[in-house]
Order: sequence, then structure tokens, then C-alpha cells
Amino acid sequence: MINMDNNEKLKSAQQEEYHHLVNRVKPKPPVVKNCLWAFVVGGLICVIGQIILNYLLSIGLNKQDAGSLDAIIMVFLGALFTGLGVYDDLGQKAGAGSIVPITGFANAIVAPAMEFKREGYIFGVGAKIFSIAGPTLVFGFVASVLIGLIKLWTIN
Amino acid sequence: MAAIKKKGLQTLMFSEPPFITSSASLVGPKEGEGPWAKDFDRILDNYLFSEKTWERAESKMLREAIKLALSKQKLEPQDAELLLAGDLLNQIISSSYAAREINIPFLGLYGACSTMAESLLIGAMLIDGGFYERVVAATSSHHYTAERQFRSPTEQGVQKVPSSQWTATAAGALVVQKAGAGPRISCATVGRVVDMGQTDAANMGGAMAPSAADTITTHLQDTGRSPDYYDLIVTGDLGAVGMGLAGELFVKAGLVPSPNYSDCGVLLYDGLQGVDSGGSGCGCSGCMLAGPLLRKIKNKEINRLLFVATGALMSPTSSFQGESIPGIAHAVAIENM
Repeated sequence: MINMDNNEKLKSAQQEEYHHLVNRVKPKPPVVKNCLWAFVVGGLICVIGQIILNYLLSIGLNKQDAGSLDAIIMVFLGALFTGLGVYDDLGQKAGAGSIVPITGFANAIVAPAMEFKREGYIFGVGAKIFSIAGPTLVFGFVASVLIGLIKLWTIN
Repeated sequence: MAAIKKKGLQTLMFSEPPFITSSASLVGPKEGEGPWAKDFDRILDNYLFSEKTWERAESKMLREAIKLALSKQKLEPQDAELLLAGDLLNQIISSSYAAREINIPFLGLYGACSTMAESLLIGAMLIDGGFYERVVAATSSHHYTAERQFRSPTEQGVQKVPSSQWTATAAGALVVQKAGAGPRISCATVGRVVDMGQTDAANMGGAMAPSAADTITTHLQDTGRSPDYYDLIVTGDLGAVGMGLAGELFVKAGLVPSPNYSDCGVLLYDGLQGVDSGGSGCGCSGCMLAGPLLRKIKNKEINRLLFVATGALMSPTSSFQGESIPGIAHAVAIENM
């Protein structure tokens, strides 16, 4: 029994030592470069969204309708560029810059839909379409319920 | 009672070393742009290989590699007595569906990316044991089939980290015979599963390096050979990160295999091909052995090769459940005799 404990201890000590070695040898991601890319690309996507929003407002839509239509157009663009095979290359460079905006959400839904089309429309596209975006939706719904409850509670 | 052909802890010594009489390799477009284009038998111009799905393309690559390796010897698939093959896909479908077409007795293997060495050493054992005279050892991997099974949809915009590796689109097949001409398999070391508690699936080289170091150390102890006995010791797909780690582990074990040590994952691509740490997948070591390495052995540039294919034995399920990544490595000594 004591022997086994010692073996376990030795093993975890070796694992810890190796873990340190891995951290020392492993190349660090180029954080500054990645941040700059994310800032520029994410910023550009937002600028495009803003230009569309300004245009929609200028042709006389009210603020809420213009906002909704803007989001729809941006989702369409994200889906389009995923379909054209460009968005994954952009994501490799921009990281969070292209994941966080709403176009990234479109990418997360269209990419699995395209990927699993070969397994058919029901067990492929239908079953897998939310495999990436599903968690966002689930916890988005949970958050909305919680916020609704808070609002209900603070109003009363 | 000791086994008569086993030496030391894990090494098998072949009394009549089997011959590698023929080999064939098929690679994808990206691999064809690398430094070894001339050494591969066929470079595909697209990833579908005239098929409807990537999975079918991978299976076809494996099938064609097997047929090509045999046809170089003017043999038909039926002339082989046994096919030993494996790949990365669930239920090793690439191999099973290739075997369906080849229609010879088939043993499916799973050793993740160590499959080329696993199939080769089992083939050599079966031949030296007198069970067969001619077997084919083969393996394949495909970038997009692996990507969709192990990682994320291919069109999803995710950022890779510098320690990640690129699954090679490649297939390799070797014909192993009791008699014939060519380099011979003198001995092989069956590896243990080594798990150093690594959980980062974006650093597979780091997870597999300890098993490679373990198998190589054991092989040298068992055979009493020194690292410089071999003109080249080559691991399967540790990549630049894993190769660096293996180097550190060799020093700790008191081994100095450099400069005779390299890694197929590092060799397969040019640094500029955007593969981060290097290549991976069964086909990575498979096509490097079947193509460039065996060519170098035939030209006597290398006379003694220790081929150590490495595998990471996790699945997406085990990763999500927080399990660490176990590694395995098998060593096969291929020599001009």
C-alpha cells in the first residue's frame, strides 16, 4: 500500500516536471501580433456594420428597424464569406477579431452546416448545424431568462 | 521459459529478417508542394480524388497505394496473402473499405499515427514466424477527414496555436516478404503506452515525445546498440515542438542521437507552408517511409534506419471528459544487409 502511494507520488512528480519542460520548450503564440490583427479586423467588421447602419438610418428607417436589418445583413455577409471559403482564412489571422462580431456567429453555424451536408440533410445538416453555436444559444437563453426574472423582481 | 526471438524487455529479433521488397506513397496537394515531391509516386491535384466525400478519397488513396506497391513488383492484389492496415477514422473505415476492394485477408489495426510501424512490425513477425510469405502493411490519413472528426468544421474561422500540427493527406504501403531483394527488418521494439499527463490537444508532439523517448531508450538497451549504430533515427510525427522535447528527454536518459535524429513531421513540409509545428497523422510517417526514406536506403545514403512511428491515443470524447493524452511509439529497425 505504501509502495503504491510512493509510485503514485513519483509519477505525479515526473508529470509535473515534464509539464514544466513542455511549458519551457513550447513556442508562445505571438500575442502582440495576434492582438493587432484582432483589433484591425474586428474593428473593420464593426466599421462596415456602422456604415450600413448609417446608410439605413439615412434612408429613413427608425433606429430599431435599422439595427435589426443591419444585424441581418452582417449575418448574411458572414455566411456568404464562409461559403466562399474565405472566413476560415480570416479567422486564422484575426482570431477573436473575426469570432466575436456577429459575422463570427454566422460562421459558427454555416461552417458545420456545410461540413456535414455529406451526411444528409437530417442527420448531417439538421443534427450538426448548432454543434458549435449551440452552447452560445443555450447560455444566451439562460441569461435572457435570468435577466427577465431580475427585471420582474426589480419592477415589483 | 524465455521467448526465443525476444530480447530484453520489449524487443523482437527476427531470425530471418523479412525484406521490404516494394513500397508506394500517395500524397495530397500540400504535401506535393513540400521538399519531397520527387519521392512520392503520386501527388493528387485535389483533396477529393474524384470521389464524393473526403472519407472515400482517403480510402481510395490507401487502396491505390496498396495496389501500386504490389504492381511495382508486377503483382496483383490477390498475390498478397494478408493486408495489415489502419487509419485515424472512427472504426478505421478507410482501411476496412480499402480492404473491401482489395479482397484479401485483412487485419485492421489501430495505433493512431503509430500505425505504419505497428503494421510493419506485426507483418515482419508473421513472416518470420512462418505464417505468411508476403504481406502488405499500409496506412493513410487525410487532412480534412481528421480535421472534422477530431477538431472543428473545416470552414470554421479558428486560430491555430504554434504548437499545433497539420494532419497530412497521405498514404503509404509496403510489401514485406520472406524472400526477395531490398532492405530488411532486423528487429522491432513494441512500445508501451506512456502518459505524462498532457491534456493539450493542440500540442500532440508534447504528449507523444515521452513515449518516443521511452521506446528508443528501451530499444537501445534491449539490443545493446548505441544511437550512432543507426544512420538515422526518425520519429513519426512529433513536429518541431515534440522533437525539441524528445531531444531534452534523450539528454536526461543519457542518449545523444543527434545529429542522426529527425522527425517525419518536421521533414514532410517546408517551414513556409503554414503547418505550425509540423505534420502529423498516420500518413505522415507512412508516406515519408514509403517515399523518401526507403529511396535513401536503396541509394545507400542510409544503411541503418530506426523508424519510430508515434501515436496519440486519445479521442474527442476522452478529451472532452478531461482525460490526458496517452502516447505510444513502436520502433522498427530497417537495414541494408
